[in-house]
Amino acid sequence: MTVESLAKLDGMTPLVLCEPEREIDGVYIGDLLSWVMGNASSGDAWITIMSNINILAVASLSDVSTIVLAEGVALEEAVIATAKEKGINIISSELSTFETAVLLSHFL
Amino acid sequence: MSEILNFHFDVDGDDFTSAGKASVQVKKNLRQLGLPPEIIRRVSIAMYEGEINMVIHAGGGKADVNVTEEYVEILLCDNGPGIKDVEQAMQEGFSTATDNIRSLGFGAGMGLPNMKRYSDYMDIKSKVGEGTDITMRVNIN
Ligand SMILES: Nc1ncnc2c1ncn2[C@@H]1O[C@H](COP(=O)(O)OP(=O)(O)O)[C@@H](O)[C@H]1O
Ligand SMILES: [Mg+2]
Repeated sequence: MTVESLAKLDGMTPLVLCEPEREIDGVYIGDLLSWVMGNASSGDAWITIMSNINILAVASLSDVSTIVLAEGVALEEAVIATAKEKGINIISSELSTFETAVLLSHFL
Repeated sequence: MSEILNFHFDVDGDDFTSAGKASVQVKKNLRQLGLPPEIIRRVSIAMYEGEINMVIHAGGGKADVNVTEEYVEILLCDNGPGIKDVEQAMQEGFSTATDNIRSLGFGAGMGLPNMKRYSDYMDIKSKVGEGTDITMRVNIN
């Protein structure tokens, strides 16, 4: 599925959609940035509750298709602005990390 | 591409918000050069971990990336506190990061292991009180 179609599902809110047509090829879950860097695959949707600005460099370098900020975690305006500038997709999920992953699993 | 291309970066030591900037720039440059995605990915990961280490452990430093026909070479140089026991530092999970740094998602103790795993060659020269020099190479072919 595309990032845009994920963003349209119940419980999902698009925060930044720079590349809405990007295909989601898999899922990686994690909050420790080195684990994500070392283990996420290109095209994965990255589910995390980490919201500081460093997630943007990690998303960009690991080439994930989108960040999915789970558990309704809020994102600072400055992070949203930088993500727009860098072209990084971010979706907010009000579901738990587990529920978000289960939802995604139906579309993979 | 018979010449060696060089990219140089000063890595700011007290700015967490822009940490990773040099690595993101290098990724862009390598894309423009048309290097294979898997090579770019490995260079990006290795360099990002090294760059973050200079920011969180060494108060910043310098990064140089050389692109030759055979490999991409990453040179990291800092005047930080140095690493007392490199073998111990290389172990997965070993970290001296503070709680504050951990709360940002760093300090998993996976940085040096990732650098080793994603490079074809890695050398660490470190002296306590003087600093750390790291060379990594990712072969292109
Ligand atoms: N450039 C550096 N200067 C000083 N110490 C370093 C440097 N890089 C790594 N270290 C030391 O090695 C340890 C392990 O590094 P790493 O595997 O990247 O884990 P982490 O950065 O998550 O702590 C660090 O906690 C730190 O003590
Ligand atoms: Mg590290």
